[in-house]
Amino acid sequence: MKAAPFSYRRAATLDEALAAGGESSRFLAGGQSLVPMMNLRLTLADTMIDISGLAELRRSAGEGDRVFIGAGVTHAMIEDGRIEDPSRGYLRHVAGGIAFRSVRNRGTLGGSLAHADPAADWPTALLALGAEAVIRSAGGERRLPLARFQLGLMETALRPDEILVGVTVPALSDLARWSYQKFCRKSGEFAHSIAAVVRDPVRELAEVVLGAAGDKPCRLGRVSALLAEGGRVDPQQLGQVVDEDVRDTTGLAASSYEFHLHRTMVVRACARLQEQT
Amino acid sequence: MTDKDTSGSSAAAAKGVGARLRRREDWRHLRGRGQFVGDIRVPGMLEVAFVRSASAHGIVRDIVIPDEYRDQVFTARDFPGVKPIVAVPKIDGFKYSEHPALATDRVRFAGEPVAMAIAPTRAMAEDIADSVFVDIEELPAVVDTVAATLPGAPLIREEWGDNVYVARDAEFGDLAAARREAAVVIEREYRMNRQSAVPLEGRAILAVWDDRLDELCVYTGSQSPHQTRVGMAQVLGIEERRLRLISPDMGGGFGAKRVLYPEELMVAALALKLKRPVRWLDDKREHLLSAIHCREHHHKVKAYADARGRILGLDVEVYVDAGAYSHWPNSPFMETGMVAKNIPGPYDVPSYRCRSYTVATNKSPIGAYRGVARPAACFTIERTIDEIAHAVGREPWEVRVENMVPEHAMPYRSITNLIFDTGNYGESVRRAAGLIELAGVRARQKQGEADGRLIGVGFAAFTEQTAHGCGEWVSRGTPVIPGYESATARMMPDGSLMLMVGIVSHGQGLETALSQIAHQELSIDPAHVSVRHGDTQVSPFGMGTFASRSMVMSGGAVARACRLLRAKMAAIAAYALKCEAEALRFEDERVHGPEGSMGFDEIGRIAHLRQEALPPGMEPLLDVTTTYEPQVDTGVFTYATHAAVVAVDPDTGKVDLLDYACVEDCGTVVNPMIVDGQIIGGIVQGIGTALYEEIPYDENGQPLATTLGDYLMPGAPEAPPIKIGHMVTPTPHTEYGMKGMGEGGAIPPPAAIANAVRDALRGLGAELNETPMTPQRVRAAIVAAAEGVSRTTRVHREGEVLQ
Repeated sequence: MKAAPFSYRRAATLDEALAAGGESSRFLAGGQSLVPMMNLRLTLADTMIDISGLAELRRSAGEGDRVFIGAGVTHAMIEDGRIEDPSRGYLRHVAGGIAFRSVRNRGTLGGSLAHADPAADWPTALLALGAEAVIRSAGGERRLPLARFQLGLMETALRPDEILVGVTVPALSDLARWSYQKFCRKSGEFAHSIAAVVRDPVRELAEVVLGAAGDKPCRLGRVSALLAEGGRVDPQQLGQVVDEDVRDTTGLAASSYEFHLHRTMVVRACARLQEQT
Repeated sequence: MTDKDTSGSSAAAAKGVGARLRRREDWRHLRGRGQFVGDIRVPGMLEVAFVRSASAHGIVRDIVIPDEYRDQVFTARDFPGVKPIVAVPKIDGFKYSEHPALATDRVRFAGEPVAMAIAPTRAMAEDIADSVFVDIEELPAVVDTVAATLPGAPLIREEWGDNVYVARDAEFGDLAAARREAAVVIEREYRMNRQSAVPLEGRAILAVWDDRLDELCVYTGSQSPHQTRVGMAQVLGIEERRLRLISPDMGGGFGAKRVLYPEELMVAALALKLKRPVRWLDDKREHLLSAIHCREHHHKVKAYADARGRILGLDVEVYVDAGAYSHWPNSPFMETGMVAKNIPGPYDVPSYRCRSYTVATNKSPIGAYRGVARPAACFTIERTIDEIAHAVGREPWEVRVENMVPEHAMPYRSITNLIFDTGNYGESVRRAAGLIELAGVRARQKQGEADGRLIGVGFAAFTEQTAHGCGEWVSRGTPVIPGYESATARMMPDGSLMLMVGIVSHGQGLETALSQIAHQELSIDPAHVSVRHGDTQVSPFGMGTFASRSMVMSGGAVARACRLLRAKMAAIAAYALKCEAEALRFEDERVHGPEGSMGFDEIGRIAHLRQEALPPGMEPLLDVTTTYEPQVDTGVFTYATHAAVVAVDPDTGKVDLLDYACVEDCGTVVNPMIVDGQIIGGIVQGIGTALYEEIPYDENGQPLATTLGDYLMPGAPEAPPIKIGHMVTPTPHTEYGMKGMGEGGAIPPPAAIANAVRDALRGLGAELNETPMTPQRVRAAIVAAAEGVSRTTRVHREGEVLQ
C-alpha cells in the first residue's frame, strides 16, 4: 500500500499553485482522503501540489449577509470555534462529528468538497445551508451554488486549472433552526446516511438534504416545500412525503434496508427541527 | 471458593504473586522506544512486495516478468530446494494436501502469493510487483461452506473427491432417550462469520544472513519462534543450529502469529539464496487478504429439554470453513475439534452428538484466533439455553444456573471428556446478574425509552480450557505436542538474575509477571531480574505463547527453576554461614541464617569467581534449566459469566452497548492489573465479533473487506464501561493454583450480546443468530418477525413423539 511515484510541490502562494495545476496533477490539502486513496493506488497523479500552507485559504470574512470561509480551514478550526460560525452552531456541530480528531486536525472544508465523497459531511451539510462555492483560476473568480458544484461520485465542476478557494454561507437569523442526523455503524466511519435540515424564515431557507445515499447529496424537494410552509407538520403526512422523496431521489426499493435507514434519518431530522420550534 | 488472598506473605504480595505490579514493558512502549521488526535497520536491506493471485481459483498458465525486472522477481521455480508446507494432523480420515509457499500450477484463494519482487524500498518493490502479469485460467470458486460439501460442488483438490478436509461423527450418552423424553425441542442454525485477528502490528519479517555465525538470523513476530524454526528448517532444508529466530517486541498476535506463513518462509528462503538482508512487512490490506482468517462456523442444533428447561440432549452439526490450505502446525482441525468438545459448555449435558465437517473453500486459510472455536461454541450453546428458557417461560439466567455443573460435582468429567477441575459456575452467573443490576434493567425495560430504543439484557457463560499438556495435544493429532514449557534461571556474579524462557510476551506483560514469580521464590526485587524471551539461541527450547498457557506453563517452569537455584544458593550459604540449609531464610535478596546473613551478590561471587568458598565437591555456576508441565494434561479450566445490556434502535437496526459485566475465576491471580487488562482487551475483541468484524466473499471468491474502511473494528468509543468481578478458586494442579485466562474475554461477548438483543426484541418476536449483528441483519430479523417467519421451537404435547 504505497503510492505510485509522483512529484511533490509545495505552493507558496495561490497564484503559484494555480500556475502549477494541470490535467495530471492533484491539489493536496489535508490529504485525509486523498492520501489513503493514492496509497491504495485508486487515485493516480503525476504531481501533488500541496496547498495546505496557503494562509489565504485559511481565513474567513463577512460578505454582507453572508460569510466567506476559506477552503483551507480545517474541521478542527470550525469545531473549536476558531472560525466565526454564522449558522447558529450548525457548522460547529457538523465539524465536531467528522471522523476522528486526528482527521479533523488536518482535513479541510474545501478538501472535503473538492474530493466530493457523497458520504462525507460537508457536501451534504453545506448544500442544506445554501452555500456557494468560490472558485479561482488564473483567469479570475467564479461562484457556483453548491447544488451545481458536485456533479457525481467524486466528480465536481472544478476544471483542472481551478482551485476551490472557499465557500460563502448565509448568516442565519435568530429564527433559524437546524438538525443534522448522521448514521454510522461506528464512530469515525463514513456515514451510511445523512439527513441535514436547515430552516430560516428570514433568509427564506428551507432545505432538506439527504447524503450518503447515491452519487451526490440530494435536496428533497417535497419535504423541503412542506417545511417551508412553517407550522407543525403532521407526522403521517411527513412520513409519506419523505418516502416519496427518498424513493424518487435514490431509486431504492421501499423494502430495502437502505431505504428504511434514509427515510428514518430524514424523518428524525425533521422531527428534531419541529421539536425546537 | 472465596475471595481470600492466596498470595502468601504480605512481603511477597507487594511484588510477588498477587501484586498489582506496574508493567515494566510499559516504560518503553509508552515512549515509543519499543523495538519491533519494523524498527530494525540493516544496511543493504531489500524490501519485498508479493505478487498475489487476483483470482480465487484457477490454473496458473504463465507468470510474465518484464525483462528489466528479471533479477528482481522470484517465483517458485527459483527455489527448487524449498519444499511445500505439509500440515496433516494425525486424525483418522484427514486428507493429505500440500501448500506451496509460492503458487506453482494452481491458485486456491484470492491473495495467494505467486511471486515476490525486491527493491531498495517497498514502494519500488510494489511498482515492480504491479508490472508482473499472472495469467490464470479461472476455475469456478467454492465459496459457500455448506454448499461446498454437497455433491456436484466444484473441487479444490480433484484427488479428494470432495471438499472436506475431514468429517467426524461422535456420539456420547443416550440421545434417543433425550428425544423421547423432551418436553421442549429447540432447533436453530447459528453462523459466526469469517473475520481476521488484525493485531495492531501486522506480520513482519527480516531475514539476515550472518557469515561469521554461519547462520540465518530471522527477526519475525512469532508467538512460537522455537516451533516455527522446526517447521521453517524442514521446509528450507537447513540445519536448525544455523537458523536463529528472534521475536522482538510484537504488537499482539492473538493466534495469527503462530502459523508458518508462506510469506515468512519465502523471505527467509530469499535471504538464504541472495545472502542479503531481506524484509517484508505486511500492510493491513495484505493482512486482511492473506493472514489467517478465523471464526467461520455454521452450526445446526437440535436441543432437547424438559419442562423446567433442563437440557436432556444436544444434536449438533458443525461446518467449519477452513479455507484453501491446512496451516502448520495446527491445521484447521484444531478449530473443529475444539468446537465439537466445547459446545456442551459448562453444563451437565447427559447426551450429545456432534457431526463435524472441516470444509475447504477458495478463501484464505483459517487458523486460531483468541478463543479458538469457543466463541462459536459458546454462541451456539448460550443462544440455545436462552431459547430453552423462553420456551419454558423462565428467566434465562436461572435456567443457565440449573443446567450448570454444580460445585459439589468437581472435579467433573464432561460429556466430551473435558475434566473441569474446580469452581462454582452458578455463582459466577448470580454475581454477574448482580453486577449488571438485573432488577434495575428489568424495571427500565418496563418503562420504555423516550427515544424508542429497546433495552435488553443477556448472559453467556463458558469454561476455558487452558495450559493443556501432552495428552490433550496428542488427542488433537497436532504434529508438535506443546505439552511443557522450559526456563533457565541464571544468577549472575553480582546476584542479579536472568530468566531465559521459551514463551513470547507479545503484549501480555509476561516480563513483569515472570519477574514476580522469581520474587516470590527468591525474594529478589523484580527490578533486578531480566527476562529474555523470543530468541531461539538464548533460551532453552520452548513452545511459545498461545492457548492461554504462558503464565501457568512458563510461570511454573520459572518457579521450578528458581527453586532449584534456591537450593544451590542455600547450600552455598549454609556452608559459608556454618548452619543447616533448612535453617536459612531468603529475604530482601539476602540469605539469613541463625547467626549472620549473606547477600545474593556474595553468593553469586562465590559461585562464579571464588570457587574455593564453595562447599567441597560442588560445581561452580548458578545456572539451572528445567521444564514444567501441570499435574493434569487435560488443562485447567477457567470459567466466567458475562452479561451485557444493549439498546436496539428498531428503525436503524443499530445495537448500542449500555453496560457490560464479567465475573471470572482464573484461580490464583499473579498480577490482577494484567489480568484485568487481558479481560478488557478480550471483551473488546469479542464485541468486534459480535457487532462489527466480517470478511464477506462474493460468489467469485473475492473478499469484500480488504481495508479497515470496509472491515470495521471496535475502537475505544465502541467499548462500554466494563465491570469485572473476580472469584478465586486455586486449582490443585498448577503452581500457586493459577489457571490461564488470556483468551476468555473474547469468548462469550457475541453470545451475551446476541442474548441481550434477543431480550430487547422479544416483544417483536425477532432474534439474531448470526454474527456480526450488523444493523442490516438486525433490521432483517425485525422485518422477518413482523412478516411472521416461523421459528422452530416445538413444545411437546402429551403422547407426541418428537423426532
